[in-house]
Amino acid sequence: MVTTFLEKESTDQILQSTVPFQMENILKVNNLEIFYGEKRAVNGISLDIEKNAITALIGPSGCGKSTFLRSINRMNDLIPEARAEGQILYEDLNILSEQIDVVALRKEIGMVFQKPNPFPKSIYENITHALKFSGIKKKSQLDEIVEESLIKAALWDEVKDRLHKSALSLSGGQQQRLCIARTIAMKPVIMLLDEPSSALDPISNAKVEELIIDLKKDYSIIIVTHNMQQASRISDKTAFFFKGDLIEYDSTEKIFTNPSVKKTEEYISGRFG
Amino acid sequence: MKSKTADRIATGVFIAIAIIIISILVGLFSYILINGFKYISWDFLTTPSSNIRAGGGIRDQLFNSFYILLITMIIAIPLGIGGGIYMAEYAKPGKVTDIIRSCVEVLSSLPSIVIGMFGLLVFVNTTGWGYTILGGALALTVFNLPVIVRVSEDAILAVPRELKEASLALGITRWHTIKTVILPSAFPSILTGIILAAGRVFGEAAALLFTAGLSTPRLDYANWNPFSPQSPLNIFRPAETLAVHIWSVNTQGLIPDVEEVSNGSAAVLVISVLLFNLLARWIGSLITKKITATK
Repeated sequence: MVTTFLEKESTDQILQSTVPFQMENILKVNNLEIFYGEKRAVNGISLDIEKNAITALIGPSGCGKSTFLRSINRMNDLIPEARAEGQILYEDLNILSEQIDVVALRKEIGMVFQKPNPFPKSIYENITHALKFSGIKKKSQLDEIVEESLIKAALWDEVKDRLHKSALSLSGGQQQRLCIARTIAMKPVIMLLDEPSSALDPISNAKVEELIIDLKKDYSIIIVTHNMQQASRISDKTAFFFKGDLIEYDSTEKIFTNPSVKKTEEYISGRFG
Repeated sequence: MKSKTADRIATGVFIAIAIIIISILVGLFSYILINGFKYISWDFLTTPSSNIRAGGGIRDQLFNSFYILLITMIIAIPLGIGGGIYMAEYAKPGKVTDIIRSCVEVLSSLPSIVIGMFGLLVFVNTTGWGYTILGGALALTVFNLPVIVRVSEDAILAVPRELKEASLALGITRWHTIKTVILPSAFPSILTGIILAAGRVFGEAAALLFTAGLSTPRLDYANWNPFSPQSPLNIFRPAETLAVHIWSVNTQGLIPDVEEVSNGSAAVLVISVLLFNLLARWIGSLITKKITATK
């Protein structure tokens, strides 16, 4: 235990010495409050999300983490009584502003949902659906993007011979990787993952986790998870939510080994939640 | 022990109900077909009807029935699906929406004879068209629109929310999502609703008595000019449909072969509805297979 701990610290030191540690932020959240009607679901949280890192949002059910995640690409707009105050700054623009073109925003901030939700169309069309809408019509170009995104989502080898079969014929894990592939195809800047592997079996789960770590190179990822092991395995930073408050936000290592708030420690060690 | 007996009784009751329904259906079908089938001949289907002499056919009535069905559906399907989309996707929940919904429900339960009288006032007299196919089709639209609106609304609401979210989260607009994701998923249920509505249109008599009329001009099937009074395609001509023909020969027919004509027509009507149903379902499943990429 002690030795592994030391090893980790020493690798961190190496990282610190080689890479300039000044991380760039992709999102800046200022005093964000989200309401459902009269009920306040998120109580004025502020945090910065790092670029090209994986940020995990953890906390018991109903703590506001999913609500926060869905506000980043304005999916809460679908809920008539939902309302947000404060700021989420992305490239110096407030995402929550009325003037934001939500359609354009969602092209840059993609989302993958808890339950795999492929369209009842072919595997190929699942990926080209949004591409065609955004104006890419050339067959050769579409083919290329489909292949590229399926390779990135580690699904190409499994489906390359049946691209024109129904996406619903895939297993749950494959469906979820297809959903990730179609999000990748839009070349987003940020990917929001809402418990992406909670509905999957352990083997599919491992594949999806591997994939997420791999995606960090190109994207900034925010992931909501109920699985503590998952958060500690894949994320760089972890935010712990409780009853709508952001209790603690720090490097994942710090949160899981030496949290500064007692509540965080209690939750991580499984004493509640 | 007691709950086991109750379970057995329930099973028995439901089986009995199923048997009653099936025997009514089989009885009705066989009665109509046995009585009418023997009168159906190529001649019967291809000669015009006669007002006085025996041996008249139902050529024009059969054509009129299908033609009115077509015109009604051309008007009612876009309006009905549009209304369904509005109710399911755009209408804000509240008093106004509830009022619209109850209006739609009341409209669908209006007796068809009342719709016929309304059609007489509006589509025949006010417009000054007289008895026309278009008037009949509009009256039938009033009568079928609510069904299609309701069915489309339910079908759209039954599409999983996850699918809609998936499409919106990819940066696709609401209208494009409705068009390319929601409507294709709702298509099979909407089609079922349209088939039911079409069956009603095909068999409707009361609403057409005062709108499309009881007569058909002498038609020339070689004349395809939709503005010529002799053309079967002219929508501003009176048109007696099969269902109306059955009613009229039975109540005011002067022909000696009333029974032959009405039984034969009834059989043709039933067979047509059946064939239409099967055809529509078959085409529907082909379309569904194509859009969902299932084999």
